Amino acid sequence: MSNDRRLSAPGQLAAEDRGAADAGVLTTEMPDQPLAEFALAHGLRPAAERPPIGRYLKSLWVRRHFIMAFATARNIAMYTEARLGQLWQVLTPLLNAGVYFLVFGLLLHINRGIPNYLGFLVTGVFVFNFTSRAFITTSTVITESLPLIRALSFPRAALPLAYVIIELEQMVLSIVVLAVILVITGEPITWYWLLAIPALLLQTIFCVGCGMATARLGANVNDFSQLLPFLTRTWLYLSGVLFQISTLDIARKYVALLQINPAAIYITLMRGALLATQRESQPGAQPYNRLKCESWHLKPAAHLDWSAYCAPITNPDHYWLYGIAWAVLALVVGFYFFWRAEAQYGRG
Amino acid sequence: MAAGEPMVVVDDLHIVYRVYGAGGDRGTAATALLRIMGRKTRGSIREVHAIRGVSFVAYRGDAVGVIGRNGSGKTTLLRAVAGLLPAERGNVYTDGEAALLGVNAALLDDLTGERNVVLGCLAMGMTKKETKDRYPSIVEFSGVGDFVDLPMKTYSSGMGSRLRFAIAASKSQDILLVDEALATGDAEFRVKSHARIQELRQEAGTVFLVAHNLEEVEQTCNRVIWMERGQIVTQGENVIEIIDRYIAASGGTPVERDPVTGARVHSRVPLKT
Repeated sequence: MSNDRRLSAPGQLAAEDRGAADAGVLTTEMPDQPLAEFALAHGLRPAAERPPIGRYLKSLWVRRHFIMAFATARNIAMYTEARLGQLWQVLTPLLNAGVYFLVFGLLLHINRGIPNYLGFLVTGVFVFNFTSRAFITTSTVITESLPLIRALSFPRAALPLAYVIIELEQMVLSIVVLAVILVITGEPITWYWLLAIPALLLQTIFCVGCGMATARLGANVNDFSQLLPFLTRTWLYLSGVLFQISTLDIARKYVALLQINPAAIYITLMRGALLATQRESQPGAQPYNRLKCESWHLKPAAHLDWSAYCAPITNPDHYWLYGIAWAVLALVVGFYFFWRAEAQYGRG
Repeated sequence: MAAGEPMVVVDDLHIVYRVYGAGGDRGTAATALLRIMGRKTRGSIREVHAIRGVSFVAYRGDAVGVIGRNGSGKTTLLRAVAGLLPAERGNVYTDGEAALLGVNAALLDDLTGERNVVLGCLAMGMTKKETKDRYPSIVEFSGVGDFVDLPMKTYSSGMGSRLRFAIAASKSQDILLVDEALATGDAEFRVKSHARIQELRQEAGTVFLVAHNLEEVEQTCNRVIWMERGQIVTQGENVIEIIDRYIAASGGTPVERDPVTGARVHSRVPLKT
């Protein structure tokens, strides 16, 4: 009986080694029919199967408390290492706004033609920050949560959803800071402020949809999360965070394209809700007047509000429709895209 | 037992891991760019054929021990049964949900044990109330005591795996897959976890146990699968016989057994079965 032979010839081993003592013992018990048929006949399902969308949504709903608890826990864990703790949630957007104001507002004088440039800028930075953070954090959610994914079975869409909720919590805090800044800069508190709620809601839906898509992309392609910061920075400069898109010296159709890109849409909606100066100065706010519009183009700093007399490129009434369309589109496509790969997450 | 209701059917399963960038000078920016542009030549993929044609059936109430040397495919097999690894060929069929408990799998390392318990319970689909009700018993079972307020990264490996076991075992899972999670526990915890596994079996579940501690397998499992190089050497309900043969095959000292009961003469584990 040589031990090394046993391992290389497993089939032989089982037959050769069985003594008389265990002759009556069943070594394997396989059913007669093919195993696949046998399994299905007994109501078993493939283990790595993706659940149908209806059941998936239902199990996601069952996990709603998990999603909230996970978001809260992550939020706390994120700041435990810092002495100032969760204060950073407010400090980060404030510092961001401060840097942009210093560079673009005070040093480069790009504020020509925009009344209350500080309010304009900070609103844009905060709103855009929510979108870009949602993109960046969700791109690593699958790899960061591998231990959890490998240990417990739950609908994986809960993870990107929780990450977007973390960013939403941060955004709500930012809006409180923003409201204070706006009041200081002389913006009146009006009923329009209530429009910030649906604007934020639509943006959140948009972020959830996109977050699901980036979560899947980031789970498969590691290079993706490396690339993402550059993409979001380009997006920042294209979305009118720092300047008024309509003042760009490019063809009208490109202006229109930039204006209806989702990041710009949600920024415009939020500015329209919170900034009276924006509502009053946006093109189309006053009946078209060629003379006033042209003199604003020539010397914007002299007549800040006269941009209102120009013809709008994108109809201001359509912004809400675009906002709804982007939100629905992102959610449907993003969720479907994420769900398609449900069985793949956690391979690593 | 043989006529029972099947819970896990593994049908001619093949699992292949693909390891990217396994060798050579592929890591430079230029080659990466070429790879992205070309999209087809991903030169350095190594395929590791971890499971080669494994078939078995596990029934309701079974506790199946999976034994074999390191790298024989035990952990891979468990992950496939848990539905975490897509099969290259063949299929895994299960009845109900599977939970996998691995020794390395901390849930969320930088969170406290307390939060891990709550999150784990909620993730398994318990309601808030159920979670609240089970929380004390989970913490008590894990025996981590005051450490429950500290982040899990401060835990010893034994404490961590005890807490994870306690979380996963708190709900009667249809299929519980335990991958060496008990290896780091102390003697007292082994007794408790052993008892809990027996309970789970009675609650009409199936338990898989991967362990290098053969005595643990012997005392916990009613069936055993011996794997070598991704294939099953032998499997069956004659646990003691298979384990003795495995010990002999790997060159270990034979176990002294009571000729009548088959129990070990010098038991190292203080189990009362």
